[in-house]
Amino acid sequence: MGRQRQKKDRDRQTRLEHHLLNDFQHGLSLSPTPFADMAEVLGVSENEVLTTLQQKKQEGVISRVGAVFRPNGVGASTLAAMAVDKNEIERIAEIINGFDAVNHNYEREHEYNLWFVLTAENEQALAEVIKEIEQQCGYEVMSLPMLEDFHIDLGFDIKWT
Amino acid sequence: MPDKSSEQGKTTNLSEADRKVVAGIQSGLPLVSRPYAEIGKAIGMPESEVIERVAGLLKRGLIKRMGVIVRHHELGYRANAMVVWNIPDEKVSELGQCMGCFEFVTLCYRRPRRLPDWPYNLFTMIHGRNREEVLDKLAFLVRRCHLQDITHDILFSRRRFKQRGAVYQPVLEKFSSV
Repeated sequence: MGRQRQKKDRDRQTRLEHHLLNDFQHGLSLSPTPFADMAEVLGVSENEVLTTLQQKKQEGVISRVGAVFRPNGVGASTLAAMAVDKNEIERIAEIINGFDAVNHNYEREHEYNLWFVLTAENEQALAEVIKEIEQQCGYEVMSLPMLEDFHIDLGFDIKWT
Repeated sequence: MPDKSSEQGKTTNLSEADRKVVAGIQSGLPLVSRPYAEIGKAIGMPESEVIERVAGLLKRGLIKRMGVIVRHHELGYRANAMVVWNIPDEKVSELGQCMGCFEFVTLCYRRPRRLPDWPYNLFTMIHGRNREEVLDKLAFLVRRCHLQDITHDILFSRRRFKQRGAVYQPVLEKFSSV
């Protein structure tokens, strides 16, 4: 295979990746074969779509292909904050990460320096997890459940430059 | 206008069948030719019903979108700030709607204040390649939504300790590793 041909293939793959990541963040077709439908739009094979998505998932660029649920729609969730002693933050973060109910956990620049999202099947289960986290960490949790969602979620426009 | 906020905050009662579908899809569709058929096999439901129920969840707004879910950080958007605002209650809806329609604002939620420690009632998330880009976007937001007189605080992320999709239903054995 010539060098020019190789470059052409690489460019094509890069374009395919960009389109897959940017153009299909919402509106995934609800047909039995959503990936074949994507392939048709892009003029590539279903196999190329699946292979590329699998690879991007492995690299961690894609977290998943599927649903974004409305907060508190299909379960109970809350944003939790803790004001943790700086020297203890790694130890506390590790304890928090150990809970199945935790899906995001960030250190942020504020007196409330640990911010994590908790999700459970219902309000009662959520309250129990919060209590358990407080007991294990020795810090109080400030729970800030969503009251109203103003965001129209159509995904995120990625700038490639 | 009906009070949307109290409705939004409430947890919806899902049917047993819908719950199964949520459990089946919450960690993402399997990357195979017929993903809904595979989910259906795992939860004991025909492919057509899985699709119908997903469509129903979308229609009812319980699913906000179906698609490729990217990780900002891995795409080079290394800076993210949670910008929190202390907005008079009577203005929160109007200003929230203004902020929520910008594509670079990836979250826009009203949350309760916790006085005296926490006066902020509106939360927005802004991603950028670096801090400067985030601050530029924030300045743009302030101008466009006329937020000059609104107190806000910027909480840049320092470290990410964990990020994954939410688990709403007990994870099915079969999908836990997909």
